Amino acid sequence: MRHDELPEDSGSSGSSQQGSCHGASSSTILTTDVHRTFSMQPILDILESDARTSPAQIAERLGMSESDVRTAIAEWERTGVIRRYKAIIDRDAIGDDRVVAYIDVSVTPERGAGFDEVASRIARFREVRSVVLVSGGHDLRVVVEGESIRAVSSFVSERLATLDRVTATNTHFELKRYKDDGVMLFDREDDHRLAVTP
Amino acid sequence: MKPLNRVVASIPPSGIRRFFELASNRADVISLGIGEPDFVTPWRVREAAIYSIEKGYTTYTANAGTRELRNLIAEHYRERYGASYDPDSQIVVTSGVSEALDIALRALVEPGDEIIVFEPCYVSYGPCVTMAGGTPVMVPTASSDGFIVDPDRVRRHVTSRTKAMLICSPGNPTGAVQPPDVVEALAEIAIQNDLYILADDIYAQLVYGVRHSSFAELEAVADRTVILNGLSKSMAMTGWRVGFVCAPEPVAALMLKIHQYTALCAPHTSQMAAAEALRNGEGETRRMVAAYDVRRRYLVSALNDAGLPCALPDGAFYVFPSVAPTGLSSEVFAERLLTEAGVAVVPGSVFGPSGEGHVRCSYAAPFPVLEQAVERIRQFTGLIGSDRQPSQTKQDPRVAARQGEQAYAV
Repeated sequence: MRHDELPEDSGSSGSSQQGSCHGASSSTILTTDVHRTFSMQPILDILESDARTSPAQIAERLGMSESDVRTAIAEWERTGVIRRYKAIIDRDAIGDDRVVAYIDVSVTPERGAGFDEVASRIARFREVRSVVLVSGGHDLRVVVEGESIRAVSSFVSERLATLDRVTATNTHFELKRYKDDGVMLFDREDDHRLAVTP
Repeated sequence: MKPLNRVVASIPPSGIRRFFELASNRADVISLGIGEPDFVTPWRVREAAIYSIEKGYTTYTANAGTRELRNLIAEHYRERYGASYDPDSQIVVTSGVSEALDIALRALVEPGDEIIVFEPCYVSYGPCVTMAGGTPVMVPTASSDGFIVDPDRVRRHVTSRTKAMLICSPGNPTGAVQPPDVVEALAEIAIQNDLYILADDIYAQLVYGVRHSSFAELEAVADRTVILNGLSKSMAMTGWRVGFVCAPEPVAALMLKIHQYTALCAPHTSQMAAAEALRNGEGETRRMVAAYDVRRRYLVSALNDAGLPCALPDGAFYVFPSVAPTGLSSEVFAERLLTEAGVAVVPGSVFGPSGEGHVRCSYAAPFPVLEQAVERIRQFTGLIGSDRQPSQTKQDPRVAARQGEQAYAV
């Protein structure tokens, strides 16, 4: 449920369209105007590091007009380049005992569809946070989240492992999270510089 | 008691000192007065230093620095500028560029020698020349020229006593990058008048959309050019105190003699960190430069907007807006901005007479800090300069900020 919430004042307009953009070709914007997309890239960089930066702030930082920034963002939201605005939360800090597990899944690929079919079947479960195809000894790396170890275990054994093409699963429960999505969850580094230096 | 050294005693304390104390005594100051990166040294560099300590690299090194680091420095200058320096006889690792500058001047200067220094400039240049027994000859650069050096003016300041010229490009406090033709013209002047060139390259990697022209590229002056550089700015390593010098063999030999008797060697840990930075740090520098570039454009645009005319400098991490429209001297402006608005900048006058009428604002600060500072500056200039025409200042800045704009063209 929290996946569907936007951070307050995220500065995005037209975010109501998100969620309806599955499968929309995210390459649309590239084919319509390559140059424009390229030059707008810094907007994405800013949003990626802080999605709450307002279009007005972005416009001022990049020397663009606010309406250009709004238009670009709306376009990315429409075409699915921007999928969602979310917060990175240190759940340990609030004593949240939600359980996260990383599951290596071996599957038999399907003739004609490869891994896509089974990956998509797995991805549709609400409990699944992410699914990626990886190289190495296993095929899919699936991140599952649940209320308890029991809930996650039963999801894996009853739903995941029993899927037709899944041949093996190997579950790793998360013990402690140190860095999430590029953000350190401990040890902030303060500014130790003097107030004025030559 | 007998008098202390009169030369040292006669040198006035740095004008920055007073602002440091003023700013330090206030709790809520937002500082654009800091001449060092806001980034912490990249972790991979810090990690390499920690590892070196764990492995016991805690000893003296060769006076000139570790062989590995000298090799990497030679490689850096070969790759970047096509210059060839012999790591055995032409490179000395120092405790920051500060030491490199000091020993270079002491190796060159004899009593009465004149050293040409371009101002506004880093506050240490004049005093270091004086302490080395020389006479600094300040050659002004003008705001109207974008603080680019005028070679004709340099010629007029050369005398029979002139020994060297000391130049920093990109420069502190102006951010000006001296173009290739100026660098070549200065090299020619050096040849014609038998002068040494002391080139402070410390900001060399912090350039935006232009190429840095180094004297190291000019074969014709290789026998008279002393390159001073380090990793403080490009790799956010100010506190490590590690710099280096690339010089003709006779100069390097004398510098090494002073260095071995006074400093012995640069800190071993810092040399290990510097080696990692030179080996694998290019991507980190690129990332920082990209961040500085966006801030630079923003700050120039915002200061123009606030009624402080400001050119878009090509290098370093400073902008040098004019405070002339406020009718205040740079000293008074900076002091009032600090006490009335809680923003610290450095008055241009501390960098030399040509800096008067300007203040140095550093954009080595994260965006939220810059934005807060700009807001306060806007309010401050709004209060004292109500006779400006706001409609005009609304339009111009964007145009100014967009000159030379490439990556972020709309």
